[in-house]
Amino acid sequence: MLGLDLTFLSWDIISKFVLGGLWFSIKLTIIATLGGIVFGTLLALMRLSGRKALMLPATIYVNGMRSIPLVMVILWFFLLIPFLIGKPIGAEVSAIVTFIAFEAAYFSEIMRAGIQSIPRGQVHAGQALGMSYGQNMRLVVLPQAFRNMLPVLLTQTIILFQDTSLVYAIGAYDLLKGFTNAGKIYGRPEEAYLLAAVVYFVICFALSWSVKRLQARIAIIR
Amino acid sequence: MSWDWQVFLNDDGSGRTYLEWMVDAWGWTLAVAGSSWVVAVVMGALMGTLRTLQDSPWLVRLATVWVELFRNIPLLVQVFLWYFVVPKMFPLFQQVPGFVLVVFALGFFTSARIAEQVRAGIQALPRGQRYAALAMGFTTAQAYRYVILPMALRIILPPLTSESMNLLKNSAVAFAVSIAELTMFAMQAQEETSRGVEVYLAVTALYMLSAFAVNRVFAYIEKRVQIPGFIVAGGTGGGH
Repeated sequence: MLGLDLTFLSWDIISKFVLGGLWFSIKLTIIATLGGIVFGTLLALMRLSGRKALMLPATIYVNGMRSIPLVMVILWFFLLIPFLIGKPIGAEVSAIVTFIAFEAAYFSEIMRAGIQSIPRGQVHAGQALGMSYGQNMRLVVLPQAFRNMLPVLLTQTIILFQDTSLVYAIGAYDLLKGFTNAGKIYGRPEEAYLLAAVVYFVICFALSWSVKRLQARIAIIR
Repeated sequence: MSWDWQVFLNDDGSGRTYLEWMVDAWGWTLAVAGSSWVVAVVMGALMGTLRTLQDSPWLVRLATVWVELFRNIPLLVQVFLWYFVVPKMFPLFQQVPGFVLVVFALGFFTSARIAEQVRAGIQALPRGQRYAALAMGFTTAQAYRYVILPMALRIILPPLTSESMNLLKNSAVAFAVSIAELTMFAMQAQEETSRGVEVYLAVTALYMLSAFAVNRVFAYIEKRVQIPGFIVAGGTGGGH
């Protein structure tokens, strides 16, 4: 078909090359999402704290991260982490640290919008009940902000999953690398790229379809 | 650690300094991003419009497929598809320079996102505007050309601004197919000079400067084309 030959692919090749890469891509996505949401929420709280000493560094961090290409951030961390800890570091570990730090900036913008979407009256009501700042945030504001923003957070996770392919820049072994390696060894690089595209498409399309469903359900509850 | 900014004045082995190389690379980044932007806006406006033509279900389907296809495959993979797979499948493309193939990849990827913004912009307009245009005797094409799109494009200027800045940042993936742009320069100069921090700092600064320039240009456009009394809402977080 059009000069391509997809018959080289067997289960052996998939389990030998692709599955390990797929697992790393998924692991990276999950860790970076969870870490990014935790640190992103902290950054959002800092930016909304009203204290300059907290707002300024958080704002600089978030806007700085958001104005640099992810590939450059990946390169930066890969260069700097060994420098800071004094010993070489694997591309995979470096990628995980990078993605947590990078995604925190994006998740913080989402969480900030989510926190601001909660009516002020709720915060005041919490205060009137004698809740501390921590209790108010933990029990009243953040659960609702999180629920309101769930579709956006998940959409960001899908984008994050796509972006994990950029670890190509430092040679980490992810889903894309699994396919390209198999393609190289078996002399079918073009077919391998095509199959990688199909796998990414199926995963991302299924995920975004589920998010759309979820969004419809949440909209009804609200 | 000590700085060594003199490294930019060293010869890179081909008779030019690293500084000259970096400026060239900046030019390539801007060229890739600028050309892709044109492709992205043209295709994005077209596909976004098609998705709102409820009388032509096949055009809606075509545009939906376009959007889903180009936004559910990672950009890097799309770049590889255009650069390696398309010329192999369609020999016609073997004559096309790599720069153009990357522009297609980046342009079409971004067009899917812009199409969604255009569609949202069109749907955000009061229905009365469309009816009024049709009642005046406009054809559908005229209604879009003279009434709907001029309003919708103004509405989407804020999200289009951040998408254009994203496009500039995303142009960094062109390094993967050896386009001599900033990220490619950063990786090679880092390796050759071992002054990674200086090189990366300079490249990062150029990216930030470019993104800031894009932001200012759009702020200017937004101010120039705004319709008095017509307030536009801002976008939300997320993206890249």
